[in-house]
Amino acid sequence: MKNEWPLWEVFIRGQHGLAHRHVGSLHAPDAEVALKSARDVYTRRNEGLSIWVVKAEDITASSPSEKGPLFDPSQDKVYRHPTFFPMPEELKGL
Amino acid sequence: MYAQMVKSTGHAVRALEDMEPQERAFQERINAGEKIEPKDWMPEGYRKTLVRQISQHAHSEIVGQLPEGNWITRAPTLERKAILLAKVQDEAGHGLYLYCAAETLGVSRDELYEQLHSGKAKYSSIFNYPTLNWADIGAVGWLVDGAAIMNQVPLQRTSFGPYSRAMIRICKEESFHQRQGYDIMMKMAFGSEAQKRMAQDALNRFWWPSLMMFGPSDKDSIHSAQSMAWKIKLNTNDELRQKFVDQTVPQAEYLGLTIPDENVKWNEERGHYDYTDPDWNEFFEVIKGNGPCNKERMDARVKAWEDGAWFREGLMAHAEKANTAEAAE
Repeated sequence: MKNEWPLWEVFIRGQHGLAHRHVGSLHAPDAEVALKSARDVYTRRNEGLSIWVVKAEDITASSPSEKGPLFDPSQDKVYRHPTFFPMPEELKGL
Repeated sequence: MYAQMVKSTGHAVRALEDMEPQERAFQERINAGEKIEPKDWMPEGYRKTLVRQISQHAHSEIVGQLPEGNWITRAPTLERKAILLAKVQDEAGHGLYLYCAAETLGVSRDELYEQLHSGKAKYSSIFNYPTLNWADIGAVGWLVDGAAIMNQVPLQRTSFGPYSRAMIRICKEESFHQRQGYDIMMKMAFGSEAQKRMAQDALNRFWWPSLMMFGPSDKDSIHSAQSMAWKIKLNTNDELRQKFVDQTVPQAEYLGLTIPDENVKWNEERGHYDYTDPDWNEFFEVIKGNGPCNKERMDARVKAWEDGAWFREGLMAHAEKANTAEAAE
């Protein structure tokens, strides 16, 4: 068990100029093998133009149990959305 | 199906009012269609059942490579060989997506492999049948992958996020598998008399094991009731089996082949085809390890794992050495 290959998270950037997106994970001994395996496991049908691999243990994640207080500051700022400001219907370009 | 007899908690489903507040909040999230993510609180039974189900599914993908891999070197043309190779490679990929989904629940990959190799974990009974001739490869794609799709499409909506995402990826790739199988069947069924006989023979042998893939009737099973409440099972085994029969009978007719069950007949009243249940004694024997190829499959799997040990360890030693050198700089 001690020799199990570490876990890597895989991110792929697709064709249409979107950002890299998490697609899954895999086990690999090092970054080089992780990249090659990611190509085989996650891009068999031309899904990607670029791959990132990151060791899973290097990712710091927010905790689901704290999601209330963590995201609370954005809850009461409805004025950040343009629909907060009613505009006269006859105006254009706003 | 790929996970045929998953035991859950062994308790009947509890009503919301009888649950502790934490469990009740969890069940309400599921009822509302929210996804559960790995770090969220979940009942121990949910976690255990999911590990069992996802890992059975993963093991089935991995062992499922063996009966088809058997024909890669003997495919009739280079094109068929390339296609089969791509299909078998997909199965490996599907196994890997699913193992990763299971690992998010706190079980390690090595533990999962150990459970498979020791016989503690199950995989689908279908892969314990032999692939005797090229038409069998057609029948496997058409029937086995067809049955798998039937089960996997609803599972895209399962409540556990990583499982659902793995199923979405798998479903995108799966219809290639079924079509390449049917394509082989068309070639055989519309070919020479001898080819047609092979196609019929393959259907005869794979029909019953394909029906068994959905597992025995579970309309009265407490395990299934709990799994359905948790939305890790979306349909009963009988519902899916009926759907499979309804879909497959016209496909067989198109090929000019006969389903090896004289009771297969359209039932106007039910709006479904009637059919005979497979021999469940045979199913239980295969699950117990007494199918035609159980031993061969596990021997091949364990041999591949053991023969690859020096390679896995070598790469790991190389990576550790490179790390140490980097740290020393």
